[in-house]
Amino acid sequence: MWPCMKLRHLQELLQQIDDFHKPKILLEQYATPSHLASHMLYTIQTQYGDIDGKIVADLGCGCGSLTIGAAALNAGTVIGFEIDTDALEVCYKNVTDQEFSSIDIVQCDISQDLFTNGWFKKFDTVIMNPPFGTKHNAGIDMDFLKKAIQLSNNSIYSLHKTSTRNHVLKFATANGATGEVLAKLQYDLPSTYKFHKKSSVDIEVDFFRFEVIK
Amino acid sequence: MKLITHNMLTSKCMKGVTVGYPLKIQAVDVKTSEVDFNPEFISRLIPKVDWNVLCEAAESVGFLDDLPRELIENYENDVDFLKKAHRVLLEVDIINGELVCPETGRKFPINNGIPNMLLNEDEV
Repeated sequence: MWPCMKLRHLQELLQQIDDFHKPKILLEQYATPSHLASHMLYTIQTQYGDIDGKIVADLGCGCGSLTIGAAALNAGTVIGFEIDTDALEVCYKNVTDQEFSSIDIVQCDISQDLFTNGWFKKFDTVIMNPPFGTKHNAGIDMDFLKKAIQLSNNSIYSLHKTSTRNHVLKFATANGATGEVLAKLQYDLPSTYKFHKKSSVDIEVDFFRFEVIK
Repeated sequence: MKLITHNMLTSKCMKGVTVGYPLKIQAVDVKTSEVDFNPEFISRLIPKVDWNVLCEAAESVGFLDDLPRELIENYENDVDFLKKAHRVLLEVDIINGELVCPETGRKFPINNGIPNMLLNEDEV
């Protein structure tokens, strides 16, 4: 399951990706930091072989860093799903700049059922950095996880706040997947919004792998 | 928007829609972009696809070429067939146009290759 590029090169590639121009609080738009995204994707490929030659979905792809990273690691096809038009403009530019032709993007609301009808169990791997559900949108992270389990026939990789670990594990089991924490990470959130008083704040985040119960 | 993506999209969760599939394609601008050919991946992709819908979609945008309308047996071992399927599934890219719900006629615009499947609150 040797990856087709070095970790350092993947990180350098993801550093070039444009970020949200005007992040929206309600959508909790925080870009996935490039060191974090590259380590996640590298682990998914080297430890589990779940990217190379797979059909991959990125839920809430934002500006596209996980999508582009998965394409760089030779995914068969990556389909990114995102609701926000402004994020998609940046994402489109990023995908076009990097010239990865194995990527497709769909604008949709992941919380609507429209979304899962035709995609049920079609993906081998779902990757996502969902909103954490802390800004007037409690439970949206579990909404994403539920949809991810419906979409995947094999595995899901996701980030969730460490403080909600037990809840996440129970929720996954109740919805047809077993979860394990691969790593606890310090997510360095730069001061994106006006209500942030410090220049950056570290929050503890779990990197999860879920396996769909067949 | 690639035709693999079109093969999965529906308008089913709209109010009053029972199947919502397949969405009609009204393409304004279609291009092809080269994608690395991985025969093993295409072999695993084909069973996930509604083959008739794929062929009709390809024909409607003028890229059916000589792709067989019936899925052949033992396609895993037929590199020539897999290459044709690869082209239609992954390389044909609809840049601008519309997807149309077969029941309501609701149009979903495609801009910069991205279909916009968002619905208004009163449509759900």
